[in-house]
Amino acid sequence: MNVAKPKSFQEIVLRLQNYWSDNGCAILQPYDMEVGAGTFHPATTLRSLGENHWAAAYVQPSRRPSDGRYGENPNRLQHYYQFQVIMKPSPEDFQELYLGSLEAIGLSMSVHDVRFVEDDWESPTLGAWGLGWEVWCDGMEVSQFTYFQQVGGHDCKPVSGELTYGLERLAMYVLGVNHVMEMPFNSPEALVPLKYGDVFLQTEQEYARWNFDAANTDILLKNFEDAEKECERILTHKELDPKTGKKIIMVHPAYDLCIKASHFFNLLDARGVISVTERQAYISRVRNLTKKCADAFVQTAAGGQKN
Amino acid sequence: MPDLLIELLSEEIPARMQEFAANELKKNMLSFLADQGVSEIAATAYSTPRRLTLFMSGLPEKAPDISEERKGPRIDAPQQAVDGFLRSVDLNLDQLEVKRDGNVDKYFASIEKPGRICTKIIAEALEKTIRTFPWPKSMRWGASSLKWVRPLQGILCIFIRDDEHQLIELQIDGIHSDVRSAGHRFMAPDYFKVKDFEDYKRKLRDAYVILDHKERAEIILNDANNLAFAHGLDLIHDDALLEEVSGLVEWPVTLLGEVDNAFSDLPAEVLQASMKEHQKFFSLKNSKTGKIERFITVANIEAADNGETILKGNQKVLYARLSDAKFFWENDIRLIQKDGLDAWLGKLDDVTFHNKLGSQADKVTRVSTLTKILAKQLLCDIEDAVTSANICKCDLASEMVYEFPELQGVMGRYYALRAGYSEDVAKVCEEHYAPKGPNDPVPTASISVAVSLADKLDTLLGFWTIDEKPTSSKDPFALRRAALGVIRIILENDVELDLVEVLNAHFEHLSKFGNHPHAVSDVMNFIRDRFKIYLRDKNIRYDVVDACLAVGKVGNLKLVKKRINALANLLSSDEAEDFFQGFKRANNILAKAEQKDGVEYSFGADIKYMEVDPEKELFNALKEQHSVVEQAVFEEAFQKAILAVTDLRQPIDDFFECVQVNSENDIVRRNRLNLLGQIRATCNLVADLSKIEGQSG
Repeated sequence: MNVAKPKSFQEIVLRLQNYWSDNGCAILQPYDMEVGAGTFHPATTLRSLGENHWAAAYVQPSRRPSDGRYGENPNRLQHYYQFQVIMKPSPEDFQELYLGSLEAIGLSMSVHDVRFVEDDWESPTLGAWGLGWEVWCDGMEVSQFTYFQQVGGHDCKPVSGELTYGLERLAMYVLGVNHVMEMPFNSPEALVPLKYGDVFLQTEQEYARWNFDAANTDILLKNFEDAEKECERILTHKELDPKTGKKIIMVHPAYDLCIKASHFFNLLDARGVISVTERQAYISRVRNLTKKCADAFVQTAAGGQKN
Repeated sequence: MPDLLIELLSEEIPARMQEFAANELKKNMLSFLADQGVSEIAATAYSTPRRLTLFMSGLPEKAPDISEERKGPRIDAPQQAVDGFLRSVDLNLDQLEVKRDGNVDKYFASIEKPGRICTKIIAEALEKTIRTFPWPKSMRWGASSLKWVRPLQGILCIFIRDDEHQLIELQIDGIHSDVRSAGHRFMAPDYFKVKDFEDYKRKLRDAYVILDHKERAEIILNDANNLAFAHGLDLIHDDALLEEVSGLVEWPVTLLGEVDNAFSDLPAEVLQASMKEHQKFFSLKNSKTGKIERFITVANIEAADNGETILKGNQKVLYARLSDAKFFWENDIRLIQKDGLDAWLGKLDDVTFHNKLGSQADKVTRVSTLTKILAKQLLCDIEDAVTSANICKCDLASEMVYEFPELQGVMGRYYALRAGYSEDVAKVCEEHYAPKGPNDPVPTASISVAVSLADKLDTLLGFWTIDEKPTSSKDPFALRRAALGVIRIILENDVELDLVEVLNAHFEHLSKFGNHPHAVSDVMNFIRDRFKIYLRDKNIRYDVVDACLAVGKVGNLKLVKKRINALANLLSSDEAEDFFQGFKRANNILAKAEQKDGVEYSFGADIKYMEVDPEKELFNALKEQHSVVEQAVFEEAFQKAILAVTDLRQPIDDFFECVQVNSENDIVRRNRLNLLGQIRATCNLVADLSKIEGQSG
């Protein structure tokens, strides 16, 4: 297969969307919250639970405060994009489908060395694990490929297949760019050609300073505790909504609060105020929230309950 | 006789599990077949990233018939029990035999089982093997409930006779067995039919798959060496990496790339660790400059552009990875230049050594204290030794070691030098971890010796204090390695040290972590056991070691080793035989008498009860030699001591020639036994010779 090389970051994103759309996925939009990875999107975390079949793909902006390098490192960013695919049950030809997506963005299998290298995926905060690989293209990790075995402490039946593409790194590679900030964001022939740095260099600097040195840790700590409290509180509400008379479990609002708690924890971590021993305790507090959300989700229609 | 070929094709199997899995496939199939009476089968297993293959030859068409006798109920048992037994063996009452079992009569059934068709057995065996495969970690996929290491895609299973091959049919969770296999994922993905093993190997090779892991490793090593040689560089050998890389490719293609000049200031160890850990590259070193200038990567395809794109990509990734390493290196250096190593000392409080033994800061405090004691005994520079003990774990708080834990110590040395410490002190950071394996060199610089011993002894005593001892199968804290390290450092450096005293003195510093009462003696026993194994590997007899460990100060390993050498020397000489004959005779008579009389004959003999000259001569000889031996032992001249002992040979022989120990006169008898007791006492100054086996006498 010979595919024309894409010219910009956004063209790669669009091609991936088109490819997975053509292969049967619902193309969702990014979740409107700060998350550490595309997996946190409820379309993955929650939808991988229960028996209902599911197929979705989406771009997810992701934040890892401690990875900030003031925009100086060629490919480390505290804010970056992931492209996420989730298919439940995982199709038999999932690997071939995935390789097809690489061809679609211009990586021909005849000159590139694509390798599936063991990687057991685990997310302590999501109480989730799965087996799969890091996919390497010419020695570079371009995707994470996982068969979910457990999420929020629940066994995944059927099993979801999950793909995560690190978009900047992948795109830099496809476009032959050495520094992320130099990467064309839109087409270089556009009326206003923009580079990645035009869009994000300044914000990387601002956030790095805030994440590492300026964020008020007392406020962050309080925010963490408030989110935790509210998450637990709304899950203790009775299923029956007194106003509508319907069974409404508030899983997604609760899960949003769990996502918030997780992000506040990441910020505290980047500020360096969490000791090694405390770290474990915070992680288990977030996991505890995820687990409660997962327990609640499987009681809902989207979670496979029949009535 | 027919052959069997099985291939289990799957999505990529983790490299570290492939060889194990191929062996398990073989083992399980052989054991299942053996249960069915099919044994003595030649079997070979192979693995690639996507397949486990098993080839067996010399199978029968049919398993041998089995006759079996089964015991039934007593003949007076209730009818129900008898009927049940008849049903279970599918026979009539008149086909049963009655036999005595113990003191009751019971029914017995003889069952003749015709041997089963081999292909049926194989189908069952394979299904069972697949369903119960002992993967270290396995998974489900799709909607299936089968578990495999990664999704299982195909089962090739054929029974091969001279002129035909037969599909052995089985079906597991929707996967049907087949006569086909598939080639390389990218270069020849099509399925092809397989006739026999030769056909299979040939077709795989044509489809860019080399079946044998060893052959792939050989190709990689050979090509890598050639590439290195062509560029005048040395390949840094790494067996673990070679093993792993051979498990990542079905068709190895070796490519050589360059390390960018921007990183020439980074320590070679950092380059090597980063390239290995993150990218599975082999490092190529310039032997003149010691710098790593190029790398070798192993691709899985023969690319249309001869690997140009692959190499470019790999170099780009390397650039980014090394930029990261450089970032850590520069951050660490910046911190040191500002605050010295003190910047990290405080942080060691946050680095756990072991949850019951405190932080690395606690560990450093203990190691420092112990180092001071050892430094005094080893007569090395106490101040330098304590300084190095204080900084030896500093790098555990550095960014570089956080990222590459395997660089602990190595980085410590670089950082200590940057912080202005002397080369002698700095190198302790690295050397105090040595030796890391049985063939790794031990430290020789005296302060490195002191800190290394202190670190290891503290670790050993610490884990015994909290009662976390290694078991026969598990040693998570590498305590065996630590003990062996202590032994080798002491012996190879001729260190004068009483371990018992040192451990006793150190025990109080561990009291706030644990208080296991026998910690010191248990650690000593552990070290002694390791010591014996260490000496056994050096071909020194167990009994010689036991004999020398039975006397004197056993905490001083150097001294014990000297005794052992002297005794081992003696035993390899011709005189030993004659001397031991006499010694054993004396010892046997003495032991027997002591057992019979219930006393110990260790009072010493009295010359006034002696009746004949040889008795008196032995007495005088013992008196003389005892002080010679005593003095020699005091001077640690064990060779001399042993020679003095063997000088007793003639008087002992003369004694036994003329004297009957068991005299009728009880006083004379006891006096003679006490004389024999003196032989034992003199010998015991050197070693407990009664423990020596295998000498005639």
